[in-house]
Amino acid sequence: MAESKLDRLGKVLDELDARIAELRRLVDEGGDAYRQELAELEQRSEQLATELCSDLSSWDRVTLARHQRRPQSLDYIDAIVDDFVELHGDRRFGDDRAMITGLGFLDGRPIAVVAQQKGRTTQERREHNFGMSHPEGYRKAMRVMQLAARMGRSIITLIDTPGADCLADSEGRGISEAIATNQRDMFSLPVPVVCTVIGEGGSGGAIGIGAGDRVMMLEHAYYSVITPEGCAAILWHDPSLREEAAAALKLTAPDAVALGVVDRVVDEPAGGAHRSPAAAAANLKQALKEELDALAERKHDALLQARYEKYRRMGMPEGLSPAI
Amino acid sequence: MTAENQRADMQGAHCDVPADLWRACPDCNQLLYARDLEANLWVCDKCGSHFRLSVWQRLQVTVDPDSFSVWDGDLPLTDPLDFPDYLGKAQKAREKTGMSEAALTGRATLDGIPLAIGLMDLSFIGGSMGWGVGELVTRLMERAIDQHLPVVIFCASGGARMQESLISLMQMAKTSGAAGRLRAAGLPYISVLTHPTYGGVTASFAFLGDFIIAEQGAAMGFAGPRVVEVTGLRMPPGVQTAEFQYEHGMIDMLLPRRDIRPALHTVLRWCML
Repeated sequence: MAESKLDRLGKVLDELDARIAELRRLVDEGGDAYRQELAELEQRSEQLATELCSDLSSWDRVTLARHQRRPQSLDYIDAIVDDFVELHGDRRFGDDRAMITGLGFLDGRPIAVVAQQKGRTTQERREHNFGMSHPEGYRKAMRVMQLAARMGRSIITLIDTPGADCLADSEGRGISEAIATNQRDMFSLPVPVVCTVIGEGGSGGAIGIGAGDRVMMLEHAYYSVITPEGCAAILWHDPSLREEAAAALKLTAPDAVALGVVDRVVDEPAGGAHRSPAAAAANLKQALKEELDALAERKHDALLQARYEKYRRMGMPEGLSPAI
Repeated sequence: MTAENQRADMQGAHCDVPADLWRACPDCNQLLYARDLEANLWVCDKCGSHFRLSVWQRLQVTVDPDSFSVWDGDLPLTDPLDFPDYLGKAQKAREKTGMSEAALTGRATLDGIPLAIGLMDLSFIGGSMGWGVGELVTRLMERAIDQHLPVVIFCASGGARMQESLISLMQMAKTSGAAGRLRAAGLPYISVLTHPTYGGVTASFAFLGDFIIAEQGAAMGFAGPRVVEVTGLRMPPGVQTAEFQYEHGMIDMLLPRRDIRPALHTVLRWCML
């Protein structure tokens, strides 16, 4: 496959960013001679980043969503949730390291957090199972969400998974039942629920913590019922058609808004969240606060009714409405 | 099409030979006289292999004769993504199968007990769930609440309809939410998992039954066979089966076809009368 603009420019940008980081270190250590070069390179990298993101294909976004250095759930939790206390275990089987749950404060507002963590290093990826949550992960998530509901606390979920774990052990512990039950029971949580796809929105693995009052996506995240590679292989019997599949699947954040599935896109810094994790986190925090503030107005019955109706009308053709 | 014509058309689509000839069992290769096979509920009496049923055949072996009336048979086809070659494929599926979608829903009676019933069929784009199937299942449950009926769904699916991507994915949430409302209304939902049931249907309404019955010989699982194949997953034999799910505590009853209707009757009687 020909190298895409993202591949080409992305490499140049990564090298530039690495050089900039090095220069910043030197300048911090008193090397004033490097200031000018640093300023020039910073300007060049911002221009390059803006150019890079000016015309992204759907496949480019998938690539960004899977970027090696893209911030993950724990990065966002560290940046935006104060006094985070992790809560472990589903009380039935074990503690799924691919699902992080806990409590904390978002600028003073007590919230529960449910999040998928993929891991950065090889060791972390093994520990977190690449973000592929197990049945016990979904059950832990539901336990903590219901706990939050009993305490009257809002819930945020951070979705970042290539898909749920579907191997034999997970089949044996009821991965389908766990994901189904979560979706059903999320509809009866009497507290605000805001779900955000921060990276990979992998099908059932995502929707298992994805039924909420408001659904957001980071600008370069993707959300799909199947990966572009999977779609190309299964529908067209040609895995090399992944870029065409990505485009056909309408899996980008703007696509998801157009489909009425996602309510809001959270902007990323130029070139992607990995280039300025602090800026990405600040954007996410601001968006979460605004959404939770708006939802605080809604009372119990109205909240639950609106949540049901939100999913009720997704995909509904023009002029049609539910029969009852 | 009237219900009668649809039924005749469906049986024609599944039994290409006239009713007085022979069919070979796909498992043991025995030649079976079609009329005997039908009398045996389309189960091979030599090896017990359960033939796949059309929605009309399933109705025939389950509900009281002539008791079924269809609901929502006129929902439009949708193409939310404007996906290449999709609408044409869906239109052809309608013409070929006589079904409007991969599910058929309506009201019937079983030994006189009224129920809301849904049936699925792989012959319509692999039994995949997109907006159409999601809407049918959701309306089935909402109408059941409205009319105070128990719900029985015979599930069969290859998974989510890829051509509708996110809209298909959201049907999982929508149908699960509807199942939750049925539950809150105190009405029972019996899910019968038939061969095969995979993917988005499995990870939503199929596993939300108050009662979950698996038909003997049914394959089922989260990741469908094509997904397993293209991702190179290691899936040992025997894992994606009704027996495995039953042994792991996920299924209330694992039954041969002939025992399903009587079991439904007892459960419905216990819940409703």
